[in-house]
Amino acid sequence: MPISLKNEAAVAGIGCTEFSKNSGRSELQLAAESIKAACDDAGISPSEIDGLISYTLDSTDECEVARAVGANHLTMFSRIHYGGGAAVGTIHHAAMAIATGQASTVVCWRAMNGRSGRRMGQGISGEITSSDLIHWSWYLPYGMLIPGSWIAMIANKYMHTYGVTREDLGRVAISQRNYSLRNPRAFGYGKPLRMEEYLNSKPIASPLCLYDFCQETDGGCAVLLTSAERARNLRQRPALVRGVCQASAREQEQMTSYYRSELISLPEMELAARQVYRQAGLGPGDIDAACLYDAFTSEIIMQLESFGFCKPGEGKDLVRDGGLDIDGRLPNNTHGGLLSEAYIHGMNNIAEAVRLVRGESTAQPAKRVEHVLVSSGVGVPTGALILGSD
Amino acid sequence: MPEATRPKPHLGHDNAWWWDMAAAGQLGIQKCKGCRSLRHPPRPMCGDCHSTEWEAVEASGRGTICSFTVLTHPQFAGFEYPLIIILVDLEEGTRLTSQLVDCSPEQVDFGLPVEMLVQEDADGFKIPVFKLADRR
Repeated sequence: MPISLKNEAAVAGIGCTEFSKNSGRSELQLAAESIKAACDDAGISPSEIDGLISYTLDSTDECEVARAVGANHLTMFSRIHYGGGAAVGTIHHAAMAIATGQASTVVCWRAMNGRSGRRMGQGISGEITSSDLIHWSWYLPYGMLIPGSWIAMIANKYMHTYGVTREDLGRVAISQRNYSLRNPRAFGYGKPLRMEEYLNSKPIASPLCLYDFCQETDGGCAVLLTSAERARNLRQRPALVRGVCQASAREQEQMTSYYRSELISLPEMELAARQVYRQAGLGPGDIDAACLYDAFTSEIIMQLESFGFCKPGEGKDLVRDGGLDIDGRLPNNTHGGLLSEAYIHGMNNIAEAVRLVRGESTAQPAKRVEHVLVSSGVGVPTGALILGSD
Repeated sequence: MPEATRPKPHLGHDNAWWWDMAAAGQLGIQKCKGCRSLRHPPRPMCGDCHSTEWEAVEASGRGTICSFTVLTHPQFAGFEYPLIIILVDLEEGTRLTSQLVDCSPEQVDFGLPVEMLVQEDADGFKIPVFKLADRR
């Protein structure tokens, strides 16, 4: 019999460093600080950690992290590829490890000097040829060197087809900025954004302008998982993993899935939706809030359709109706998200989903939040996660 | 100081032939010898019939704009801005990513016909780009 992952594992602790543009310390230190904070949150000693999971893009080795935080024996460690596409994939591997007894206390982390150190989209160099470098070689010689340029191509086609306007993208940016005004951790704290300022912002890769892009951030974030049974006896209300999956669809490329017949949907996110809903035994009607991956504003509108909150082409209408706001149908990225809290590659979106389930967001909706949907990076092999209250 | 030039492609078994054709002034498409289907970007195996046998055919160079983006920031050495990047639906049925030259950002639009030309950089590197097709 296959093992179901439903309700097997739970998030028992979350931890973050401060988010800044210059941390002044190593990525290993940011990792260690955030992991220690997640352990403290759960009331668990770091010496109990026996599983560690991060992104292939993370610069810090598992054994270095283990030594830094004083973990003892590691019996499971894993890395997920594809940038932000790794985010909930880390939870996927942790839940599998816990459900199958490979590890009992697993920490997923991402720590990066994403502004003061290596910034995203600075091009790729080196002499080694791989399938990955050959892939990028269809784009780099043409000047497509930044994630925004890769995403803009599909955003433009999608917006043209469905009549999505710059104002619609602005509504997403402003909704999330409004959330960040309540969140002292956030870049957007104390920095309100008006539509006029949004519309007049610097063009970068049409139709995308400055405020359609996420932050670049120095910081770390860690999420600690253990069995649901054990989590019930720890310090925090557990956030149960109802369902979690990874998803890569036919003709998938990394950021440039331009060769499918239609360019107006996200097939990999639709696959993630089918998988995660089936595993959880839930549907879009059961989801109370979301932390959808938001490296770019356009991705939010497209994902509303992928996850079945509306029909194809109607994502913009949900946004116009205030659906993403605190009193809307689907409060989304209530911490400000990657756009207005920090860009920790989606790990901070998972942490916010845990806060929502606990009832502890700085912008906690008035309604009961039982199920929160989280997604990984858009335009890459990705995944989805549903956390639920006990 | 020599003038900075565009980043060059990493070349391997799976793509060097396409850039060789470009250097010869041609736009290549990979054609499966098993099921005769065309594919781009090239892959060493056909995802439909699993043949690893293929040949390179020369495209007409004519197509229409499927999507586009105008890049303005950040600006990298070796490129002129605003830089118009397009997806081209070729007459043959495959799609490729390229650059639109001799065109202002105000002129570019969905569905416009385009035709290929091979541009030679100051350092001699040759790359297929497109321009708006002559209106008849």
